[in-house]
Amino acid sequence: LSLALYAGSLCAASSAAFLYHDYCVIGAGPSGLQAAYFLQQAGRDYVVFERSHAPGSFFALYPRHRKLISINKQYTGKSNSEFNLRHDWNSLLSRDRRLLFRHYSHDFFPNADAMVHYLEDFASLLKLQVQYNTAIIHVTLERDEQAWNGHYFLLTDQDRQNYKCSSLLVATGMWVPNVVNFPGSEYVEGYETVSINPEDFAGQTVLILGRGNSAFETAENILGVTNFIHMVSRSRVRLSWATHYVGDLRAINNGLLDTYQLKSLDGLLEGDLEDLAIVKDKKGKLHITLRFYLENRNTSAGIDSITLPQDELDNFATRAPYDRVIRCLGWKFDFSIYNRSLRLMPGKGNKKKYPQIKPSYESRGTRGLFILGTASHSVDFRKSAGGFIHGFRYTTRAVHRLLENRHHGVPWPSTVYPITQLTNSIIKRVNEASGLYQMFGVLADIILLRENATAFEYLEEYPVGVLAELEMQTGRKAPNGLFVIIMEYGRNFSGADKDVFYYNRAVGEAQHAWQSNFLHPVIYYYKHLPTEHEMKLRPPDWPLPRPDAIHHIVEDFLTDWTAPNAHILPLRRFLENCLSTDLRNFFA
Amino acid sequence: MSAQRDRWVSSFSFLLFCASSIPRRGSARLLEELSPQEYFSSLQAGRASLAYFSHNASPGAQPFLEQIENSAEALQDYGISVVKVNCPKEDVSRYCGKENALRKAYLFRGNMLIREFPTDALFDVNSVVANVLFALLFNEVKYVETLADLQNIENAVKGRSNMVFAYVPATGTAEHRAVMEAAFVYGTVHQFVLTTEAMLLRDTGNDEPDVSSARLLFCHCQRATDLAQPCRRTAMGQPLTMLNIHRHLKLMGAPLVTEVAEDPEKVSTVHLQLGLPLVFILSQKETYEADRRTAEFVAWQLLGKAGVALLSRDLVDLNILLRSNVALKTPDEGVPVKYLVLEDTDEVITLVEDKSKVGQIQEDEEEDEEDEDEKENNNQDIQDDQVVEAVSRDKKRELPLEQILVLTEETFHSALLETARTVVLFYASWEAVSLAVLRSYTEVADHLKGTQGVLLARVNCWDWPGVCTKENVTQFPTIRVYEKGERWVTYDGMWGTDELTSFIMLSRVSCPLKLATIEEAEGYLRGEFPSELSSYHHTSVLGVFSTAMNEAKEAFEEAGNILSGHVTTGMYFEDDALALSRKYAVSPPALLLARSGGRSVETIALSKQSAQDMVRMIRYELLDIFPEITVQNLPRYLQLRKPFLILFSDGDIGEMESKEMLKLAKGRPRQAFVACWLNLKKTPVGRGVLKVYFATVPSLPLLLWVNLHAGGQVFKFPSEQTISEMNVLSWLEKLKAGLEIPSSTLSEEDWKPPLPAYDFLQMMETAVPEVPLRTSHHRGDTPAPKSPGRDTTVREEPSQETKAEKGGTPGRDLRGTAPRLAAREKQGKRHSEL
Repeated sequence: LSLALYAGSLCAASSAAFLYHDYCVIGAGPSGLQAAYFLQQAGRDYVVFERSHAPGSFFALYPRHRKLISINKQYTGKSNSEFNLRHDWNSLLSRDRRLLFRHYSHDFFPNADAMVHYLEDFASLLKLQVQYNTAIIHVTLERDEQAWNGHYFLLTDQDRQNYKCSSLLVATGMWVPNVVNFPGSEYVEGYETVSINPEDFAGQTVLILGRGNSAFETAENILGVTNFIHMVSRSRVRLSWATHYVGDLRAINNGLLDTYQLKSLDGLLEGDLEDLAIVKDKKGKLHITLRFYLENRNTSAGIDSITLPQDELDNFATRAPYDRVIRCLGWKFDFSIYNRSLRLMPGKGNKKKYPQIKPSYESRGTRGLFILGTASHSVDFRKSAGGFIHGFRYTTRAVHRLLENRHHGVPWPSTVYPITQLTNSIIKRVNEASGLYQMFGVLADIILLRENATAFEYLEEYPVGVLAELEMQTGRKAPNGLFVIIMEYGRNFSGADKDVFYYNRAVGEAQHAWQSNFLHPVIYYYKHLPTEHEMKLRPPDWPLPRPDAIHHIVEDFLTDWTAPNAHILPLRRFLENCLSTDLRNFFA
Repeated sequence: MSAQRDRWVSSFSFLLFCASSIPRRGSARLLEELSPQEYFSSLQAGRASLAYFSHNASPGAQPFLEQIENSAEALQDYGISVVKVNCPKEDVSRYCGKENALRKAYLFRGNMLIREFPTDALFDVNSVVANVLFALLFNEVKYVETLADLQNIENAVKGRSNMVFAYVPATGTAEHRAVMEAAFVYGTVHQFVLTTEAMLLRDTGNDEPDVSSARLLFCHCQRATDLAQPCRRTAMGQPLTMLNIHRHLKLMGAPLVTEVAEDPEKVSTVHLQLGLPLVFILSQKETYEADRRTAEFVAWQLLGKAGVALLSRDLVDLNILLRSNVALKTPDEGVPVKYLVLEDTDEVITLVEDKSKVGQIQEDEEEDEEDEDEKENNNQDIQDDQVVEAVSRDKKRELPLEQILVLTEETFHSALLETARTVVLFYASWEAVSLAVLRSYTEVADHLKGTQGVLLARVNCWDWPGVCTKENVTQFPTIRVYEKGERWVTYDGMWGTDELTSFIMLSRVSCPLKLATIEEAEGYLRGEFPSELSSYHHTSVLGVFSTAMNEAKEAFEEAGNILSGHVTTGMYFEDDALALSRKYAVSPPALLLARSGGRSVETIALSKQSAQDMVRMIRYELLDIFPEITVQNLPRYLQLRKPFLILFSDGDIGEMESKEMLKLAKGRPRQAFVACWLNLKKTPVGRGVLKVYFATVPSLPLLLWVNLHAGGQVFKFPSEQTISEMNVLSWLEKLKAGLEIPSSTLSEEDWKPPLPAYDFLQMMETAVPEVPLRTSHHRGDTPAPKSPGRDTTVREEPSQETKAEKGGTPGRDLRGTAPRLAAREKQGKRHSEL
């Protein structure tokens, strides 16, 4: 009986203790705050949970060497605030003009402290509902027919306080360090804790595991004081200027490439870390060997009995012993707090560090759970900017617009224009829109034609991966055909091993625009909204299925697509032929 | 084969003869009359004969007998004799004895009875010939009733011979006869199959067949190897006559593609002999295989419509363009072979199917060739938007913009508060219409220099998108007049300097203006008050109300706001308003309307109460009774959506005409049409209008009835009549009664795109075939034809490349980027080595 009573009281206590909000956001980093801003603007009931005492706790620690690699351009020669966001990779979106990052730092590559300061201001100036010192340690579901998504999300924090939400926005980022286990990995120091004082490395020989920006940033810091640095990782180095992907190695960090190629002792190697083993000798020096040798050796024998590669191959590359080995292997998503019932699964292949989500940023396993921010990068990993502030600030807005339509009957914002403004509205957007520019290939403007094509409706920055669901996701109708405006690089231009400086790489003639290599606007025309099936069958590397007609606006050196003959005229001809009409202006 | 042909030729010539002889009945009696003994003894083995047994006295059989007689000649041609056997009265043998036997005709081969026909089955020559041949050709022509039967036969002949499948709605018809006659000739070559089942026609893949007419399909079974697939079919397009069937079978028998190695002018094939065109696919050694495939593909498409030949350029020395890939030879004597450059196979097919286009395509090609010498492409890249063209031609001229205040995101709101009225032009500096309007705007600024209370400003939305979005500016350009930064009116008129100036001037005065005294009101109607506008020609509308009419006053105030800038409105509602209204013989609420320059004041009683109604009414009242149409005012009159009775005049119209027309306009209820005139000296575009109507400009003055909104008919008032109210009215009556013929009818053609766009989709597919566009290509809108079509275009590529090299003038490179400037090396094909 006492047991039953106890259970009953517990039940009552817990149900009474649920604090309810329509929207719960986990994490007060850039994407969490960005989501909070839009929710606040729309007057929604929301709360942001932050485990730290201040926003942006990741930036308080990382990058360790404090230099952000997102650009903060002070001058562009233009006053267009939307255009300038194309070259401001740190600001979040808001109407408050004080909250532009250039007011927080003058550095082209700002210090991470400026970001922390900026995020603090963003939360406080906009009076966002952030609950600090609240670490969500468990998330589970409660089935309920009445709930928006057929279930509520139940969140538990470190003090066993429970929260109940209709919609869950996960903005926790990627903060769990990637660790590789191999024999001797106990001798490896992590990026999270390694000293950032170059003096600690004076006269040392260093091996760095990893080939990302954190690895090169670490190397850059100690390049001048070490004997030499070697870097090892499975894949070849990918330079962001060759791949057009900002997550690859940025020029600001690549000092080691110079010293390697100029034979100044530093070097790069390729190899699978899983095959590696590290052996410490009596002097405390670390030797590289292969797991294979360790497995075959006589276990009882001492360290000296371990075969080193150079014993058989006397010019083995990493035969010199190292003083330190540093692991800089990046981060992964924290899957641990989600109950199995949420079915939040890791992605496949090189996306396994990310949770699986749909192109609408909703979890594949749970309706109503959206992943925001850098953890949502699986949608465009190695392609676009969805893993970075200058990309996910727009995808977060897109998610907000999807939610407004789904739960509050607020359709996707749109403007209706007469058809005479068709060319103008496209030219305006491709020249200034920053969401299209940053989230190329992912977010697209949609033009829905009205009957008889006398007017059209303009929707901005819709996630193109869910184009087939447009009517359901936006609350707008597309019965008379549509244009999709998107930005693309040339399909065969970028890549890790491609020469992006070859002669004639730039296309100048409008009639060859489809061969443009650099980022340029592409307009797809569909007589009917593509179906889900057609979206699935689209050619690989194509953001969209085969259109009824396509137009490329030829790439431009200045990214200024306003030339009357090279840019606007061919576009007008394309639009005219799609609509079978004449869009010229005449003098009376 | 040759024997058969002879047989056919004879029947063919007979047919012609028969056709001419039928009307002259009984000219030659081929019908033998024999006794039963004579008949049966005359029967030869293997020879067929049709016999009719009769007693002399059977008058009911007379019509039938006539048909039999008429058929005798036709049947004789197939070696069938027709015999009338006269039965002796007492004969009770098998054929003569029985009563019902006498109502039949009997077909014998040798002395073997093959079939007996009831006389009502042989109702005319066609049915006689059809039925007789049908019976005789029992083995050659299979009759089928079910799809299974048809498929069995089809499978049986696959790989061996071709099949001719005919559907006739009924046996004994002319079509049936034609099929049987053809079967008589071709029966040993092709397997003939006949059906009268409409269902079968439907099942053979004809989705919506017209079952009331006969059809013939040639089934190419000889080359069919796959048992599961039906044979390829070629339907005969023409009606089923002996001649057409023969022609069709002959065409089907001709080789699919003829290889030719001589001058096309000298080539002659069966197609040309049969009056069909011959298409030459021009080939080269290098591309022979692809061309052969293209030719075969085209040939299948054109089977029965034209012949296809593969002409090897290497073997024939042709003095033609290298680019030409197709030639067309028509069967007409003396017409030279045409050489064409076509993009894909579809064009070849349309070329043949619509022969009238040949001339046009040819002309286009010639034009292109001329252009080719100067530039690479056609006119696609030449600016054909006159506004854009004018603006870019003028771009180096700097505009005197000092008079116009530049507003920014920071200064916008504060600037609006500083002056009573601020005119703001929202524009985009890259947009052509914006720049053209900016030009007019500077002229307006010049006109209004020194005018108090008006500030002209501009916002470049390309620099300050935030302001434009906030102000909800969705079109470029937009002009708004802001009043103390609160209310604003959007300008919706023409972008001309005068119109804009007048709008700005009129909107300076608050609308409606509240007048305090009768004197002010009178001054207002004379255009003397307010003094700002005294030097300005304008129409004034004065609302007269008594103090209590609040509802009407409010509505008028709202209407005045809406009309601000277009017309000045004033209102008077003092105690002595009645005195004012009495003077103009109206009772309040009423409107007094004083036109600019006009002496009289028009009065309108206000019955409608809503503001929108008032706006509509005032707008309507502002229109002239007999206006001179100008480019500027045309839209206002077009909006009425009524027919125009328009007098075109070279200069001012005569006094007489003017008087008569005015009478006409006033006399008729104004709802019916718009009476107006056009001065060609002031509005020269009228000349162009007349040219559209009449091709040349007719003698003037000219009175027209133009109904643009219904039918687009243009009627011309007879020039010999004088333009008087009476004459015009009676002419209009006749028009209404449909007694006049329109001089021309304006087409309702839409505004089509002036020129095609670059077809990047096709370029991508052609140049990068591995681009897997096709995988998603399941809509089936462009199936098989594309791949042979690609061959055609691929072949053209070498010539395009040479063009590109020639056309790469240094000036063009400037449009690229800096690296391109340095690139003087030969332009390789795109980075394939990557």
